[in-house]
Amino acid sequence: MSEREAMDFDVVIVGGGPAGLAAAIRLRQLRPEATVCLIEKGSEIGAHIVSGAVIEPRALDELLPDWRTMDSPVKTAVSEEEMYFLTETKGYRIPALDRVMPHLANHGNYVVSLGEVCRWLAGVAEEMGVEIYPGFAGAEVLIENNRVVGVATGDMGITRDGEHGPNYAPGMELRGKYTLFAEGCRGSLTKRVMAHYDLRKGVDPQTYGLGIKEVWEIPPEKHRPGLVMHSFGWPLDDHTYGGSWLYHFGENLVSYGFVTGLDYENTWLSPFDEMQRTKLHPVFRPHFEGGRRLIYGARALSEGGLQSIPRLTFPGGALIGDSAGFLNTPKIKGTHTAMKSGMLAAEAVVEALATERVEPGSFTQRVRNSWLYEELKSARNIRPAFARWGMKAGALYAGVDAMLLRGRAPWTLHYRHADNETLRPASLSEPISYPKPDGKITFDKLSSVFLSNTNHAEDQPVHLHVENMPLWKTVNWDVFRAPESRYCPAGVYEVADQETDPRLVINSQNCVHCKTCDIKDPAQNIDWVTPEGGGGPNYPAGM
Amino acid sequence: MKILVPVKRVVDYNIKVRVKSDGTGVETAGLKMSMNPFDEIAVEEAVRLREKGAATEVVAVSIGVQQAQDTLRTALAMGADRAILVLTEESPEPLAVAKILKVLVEREKPELAFLGKQAIDDDMNATGQMLAGLLGWPQGTFASKVEIVDGRAEVTREIDGGSETVSLTLPAIVTADLRLNEPRYASLPNIMKAKKKPLETLQGADLGVDLTRRLTTVSVAEPPSRKAGVTVKSVAELVEKLRNEAKVI
Repeated sequence: MSEREAMDFDVVIVGGGPAGLAAAIRLRQLRPEATVCLIEKGSEIGAHIVSGAVIEPRALDELLPDWRTMDSPVKTAVSEEEMYFLTETKGYRIPALDRVMPHLANHGNYVVSLGEVCRWLAGVAEEMGVEIYPGFAGAEVLIENNRVVGVATGDMGITRDGEHGPNYAPGMELRGKYTLFAEGCRGSLTKRVMAHYDLRKGVDPQTYGLGIKEVWEIPPEKHRPGLVMHSFGWPLDDHTYGGSWLYHFGENLVSYGFVTGLDYENTWLSPFDEMQRTKLHPVFRPHFEGGRRLIYGARALSEGGLQSIPRLTFPGGALIGDSAGFLNTPKIKGTHTAMKSGMLAAEAVVEALATERVEPGSFTQRVRNSWLYEELKSARNIRPAFARWGMKAGALYAGVDAMLLRGRAPWTLHYRHADNETLRPASLSEPISYPKPDGKITFDKLSSVFLSNTNHAEDQPVHLHVENMPLWKTVNWDVFRAPESRYCPAGVYEVADQETDPRLVINSQNCVHCKTCDIKDPAQNIDWVTPEGGGGPNYPAGM
Repeated sequence: MKILVPVKRVVDYNIKVRVKSDGTGVETAGLKMSMNPFDEIAVEEAVRLREKGAATEVVAVSIGVQQAQDTLRTALAMGADRAILVLTEESPEPLAVAKILKVLVEREKPELAFLGKQAIDDDMNATGQMLAGLLGWPQGTFASKVEIVDGRAEVTREIDGGSETVSLTLPAIVTADLRLNEPRYASLPNIMKAKKKPLETLQGADLGVDLTRRLTTVSVAEPPSRKAGVTVKSVAELVEKLRNEAKVI
């Protein structure tokens, strides 16, 4: 370890998404002399960002009040909004949306490419003196005397056998008085910090969704900038949470995607194929005809909301953004909450820096006193209602909760199971028959992953650790028939020799870093760790 | 011995580019940009020559827009000693680049100009040769091995069906081929240190060089997409199709 170089900062931020960047900017606004270092595992800022995204500008208004006069990529205002309940052949548009589903009222919001927003925020942060280093993955949490004192980046140039290759370069210790983990949903270092400090004690299990997205370019005459569409119902059954989005934005671009709740039960379900076949529904199909698909990507998101948020601080740092789980699921938005959490954490860290406190503990109180808490509190019962009573009854409850109770129900519904516990054995799950891709509107997995520009340096160790291979055979194969081969949206997991001696093949070079395997694996036998920095998808502008 | 290494900012090799809908070129806005991989090999070799004591200074140059400064920072992180950015419009033509480089060579007086054999965006493979012509220097192109021996550069070149070794008097031009070396990583400590290395910015328009474009792009199109394959039922059918449909036997 001694060969590693080290550098000291006031604050180290792991992850260059909206939470990490907002925290960095707020830190320098409040304390211009603070040294702030931000690392990002993507090859550049934005390279690993996947989101719809309709964003609410509330946090941005607070962070950069002049943003409307800046050269920002936040341009397409929401102009029309439609919500559909789908059956296989029909779409029923929900009337009076802003009263029935007030969480989804998008007036004043913007359709953006969140990757572009992050690139822009990174430029703002760098101008303010934040040091940003993309292409470096936080691989190790540094803990000394039970205090987090920073992170170490991964070694580069390790061969598949774990040896030092000819270009071996050791990682670097980035030591911070405070470290903020902004890795997004299911962060690999966040997972270790949560375990070390037992941060999830006394809170509900986190529940997740997997979002799979495509960006299309469509003929100009079909483009309706600012159109925002959502659907629920078909093709998912009543027990499976999820739905689609379709947004028109930018120059003739369409963002389309599908979120599947990872508490799904049917082991034969394939989120990728649900996403593909939804495009064929008469409500959506016309939007794609004559267009061409440009980008593909996927990412898990935290859906649990308030009940699932862990303790936020620990000696030497805090969890922010979707690392903590600040997404507002009924609103289908997490950017403004992620940014707000980063800003509040920055305020707590500045206070702790001034008073040399070990733990930036005022973060929790600051969250409680902010609109962020109010918002998550009023939304807290909706997602668990779907988990308990299914989609139709859940939607009914959501309407009652929103219209009559206005989010002030005197009870709180809890999550009973972690997502890895919900799968039914293959013998008790009903097989699903998905249509073959037509190559025009629907596609197969491999041609899709191609459009994520995913690359990992060759000859590096596999970053998807299956801890116990015999257990894979007895649980994943014998009981569930390899659900990872279906939920992985990048074709990483394949089963070879199914008839004779089934074994798992891991095509880790395809991994788009969505983290679903780490979440959904029934025996929690798959551990997602960071590959060599700079690896993974390279989502371009528009994503 | 001073080595001048020109580096170009290009669309990253991992990115699949797409043709603009009006067919005038490829879409580059918002794409990840990196150093041309052949230029990385040239930087690596120049740094190795300095580390071996065969060279004293490595100067990286980039010609183009302001963001090419990031490319130069990468060269500095890999080990170049200082950098020069010449500001021009995006991606000037090889002849204009060679003319600018000639001015810089006359100013910096390097004994070796070490270039990548070509850039992966336009695949022109011209700048090194043009610079050699403009300067009247010897050139060793497509280098897979370079040694400095008794004040001469011994360059092993990749040629059709084998290799060829040429011995060049210095000053000379060398262009790097793929097998010359495997470039090192720009490590995080070195990226941090590179921020403090000198980077000078010049205006291309002030160098007294004619930068007029001489080439016209007529049209840009994507390669035709491959047709789906068919499964044949028998060897006889395969032979029949190869003979009569594909006409290859």
